[in-house]
Amino acid sequence: MTEVSLLTLFFTFFKIGLFTFGGGYAMLPFIRQEVMLNNWIDEAAFVNMVGISESSPGPFAINIATFIGMEKGGWLGAAVSTLGVVLPSFLVILIVAQFYLKFKESRIVSGLMSGLKPAAVGLIAAAVISMVWEVLFPADFSWSVFAGAQIYVSLVIAGLGLFLLLKLKKHPILIICISAVLGIAAGYLFGL
Amino acid sequence: MKNKDRLLPLFLTFLKIGAFTFGGGYAMIPLIQKEVTENHKWLSDEDILNIVAIAESTPGPIAINSATFVGYMTCGVLGSVLATLGVVLPAFLVISLISLLLQNVMDIQAVQYAFMGIRAGVLALVVKALISMYKQCPKNLVAYVIAGIAFAVSLLTDISILYVIITCAVLGLITSLIMQKKEAAK
Repeated sequence: MTEVSLLTLFFTFFKIGLFTFGGGYAMLPFIRQEVMLNNWIDEAAFVNMVGISESSPGPFAINIATFIGMEKGGWLGAAVSTLGVVLPSFLVILIVAQFYLKFKESRIVSGLMSGLKPAAVGLIAAAVISMVWEVLFPADFSWSVFAGAQIYVSLVIAGLGLFLLLKLKKHPILIICISAVLGIAAGYLFGL
Repeated sequence: MKNKDRLLPLFLTFLKIGAFTFGGGYAMIPLIQKEVTENHKWLSDEDILNIVAIAESTPGPIAINSATFVGYMTCGVLGSVLATLGVVLPAFLVISLISLLLQNVMDIQAVQYAFMGIRAGVLALVVKALISMYKQCPKNLVAYVIAGIAFAVSLLTDISILYVIITCAVLGLITSLIMQKKEAAK
């Protein structure tokens, strides 16, 4: 894994904070790309971080930025990554607050948003597909994966999670806890 | 400075909101509204509606945008600093501690199995996030085309998402201006 300087951490998260619209989840594809392309952490570790960030208090974007920062640069890394992701929001809001009623009515802003919203959906859809692929085929695609138990365990857990979330409206924390328990049980049961 | 006595309550209010909401910005909005308009009466319901509308159409996490905005409207720049710090601090501390803890236990077999399960569970969470983003998205031909372009480019190429975002924003702006012209011509 590559070493990352504090300055790189700061500017990467500043860029992500400045150019993602639609909240924390819209950042997921952007953060994933930066982390993967620059070989900061591997995909499994990234998915682990997403899981923990979802089940810890606070905004998702802050959680994941702190997590990656801590991993790559300790306390200082965590601090500069978090500052980087927060600062653009903070500065833009202070500026917009001066003329927010005009901003709200602006046709330029609503025009830009009519492109940004679907872009976020497309980007997240692509990230979701990559993450599904990575979880089901951790060591790249091979038919032999279907002979093992792990892929079926993963599919059952993901399916159960979707059912609990969408049908029973259960909280993400519960999904993560159940997934962890099932993972431990299946791991020892099938000797994965 | 006006409303100086509100600084500490503002910080503590956002600290509490940051510590007790899971799931980020949208989960925080009802809480912010209750604290800011009902409990403390710093702002009106209409202010909150404006703040949420702006927070959604400015870059960055909704939670941070809302906190900064509420802080600024309640007691100026210092207020915005304290509200933002309040909402960030719990997340920062909790995740830092979890991260340090994990670095020490990641070698344990049971922990690795737990994360194998968690990674599968995360798939359900991100699919749900995708569905909720889709629900908020305009549903017309232009939107589907833009979503399709963003999807294909980011799945099939290594082109930076930064360029994808900028291109889609410009496409959205151009098409919406053209449509407004057409409406006006009718």
